[in-house]
Amino acid sequence: MPDPSFVGRALPATAPYRVGREKIREFARAIGESAPVCHDPDAARAAGHPDVVAPPTFSVTFTMPLIEAFLRESDFGWDYARMVHADQSIVAHRPIHGGDDLVTTIHVEDLRSRSGSHMLTLRCEVTDGDGSAVATTRALLVTPAEEQA
Amino acid sequence: MIRAGDALPPLSLRVTRAALVRYAGASGDFNPIHWSDRVATGVGLPGVIAHGMLTMALAGRLVTQWAGDPGAVRSYGVRFTRPVVVPDDDEGALLELSGTVSEVVDAPDGVRIARVAITARFDGKTVLGRATAEVALPS
Repeated sequence: MPDPSFVGRALPATAPYRVGREKIREFARAIGESAPVCHDPDAARAAGHPDVVAPPTFSVTFTMPLIEAFLRESDFGWDYARMVHADQSIVAHRPIHGGDDLVTTIHVEDLRSRSGSHMLTLRCEVTDGDGSAVATTRALLVTPAEEQA
Repeated sequence: MIRAGDALPPLSLRVTRAALVRYAGASGDFNPIHWSDRVATGVGLPGVIAHGMLTMALAGRLVTQWAGDPGAVRSYGVRFTRPVVVPDDDEGALLELSGTVSEVVDAPDGVRIARVAITARFDGKTVLGRATAEVALPS
């Protein structure tokens, strides 16, 4: 049973995550994104970016492991094994680039229990080294309410 | 001039088991329902399914190939309504993507934003709900 007292809490901000140029290229290749600005620093600079540009969903590579760690390792009481990802939104306050140092803070935004399910909304606020907003992501995660026999 | 009602060039993609393995490595999502039939069927799925976030990323390519620069995407959201089942063969699952500009608005910073409604189909059925992206248009 998830602990509703977590709702409204923010977890401690992470240590900075350095966005690797090769990580962006690897992610772009994995999703078949061939835009030159994702692969070639010169093409990215010609388009006005400081370095290669991450595809829109790249932030999952560093936010999802944080979410998994919270749901598996905290005393929140979440049934991670039977969890389903129901909804995902990403707001880019600016593009993510190779060389960015990004800090993520997870907010436990909402928890609803109805029709046999627990529905959890986790918000990730991603900021850069100056504390400027880079991305806001929200994941709606659902798990069955009955305890497994 | 981009207007409401404009259709984006459609995109058809094959999602294979090899693509799932590659995405698992690149994204760090190693949930075995995305690579093990034994685990997938054990939790009641018809077989190995694609990562929802991979389907979302692939559908995003419909928008980025149209926009040219993935950095132009201001927001992107989807609901995962149906799994994409990926067979263990060379063809994989066929994902059919289409999209339409639903409106063009001015953002507070003066940039023109196109709102795009995306449709993603697998096996003739939609797999993403309310899939919407906002893209900054060149001035």
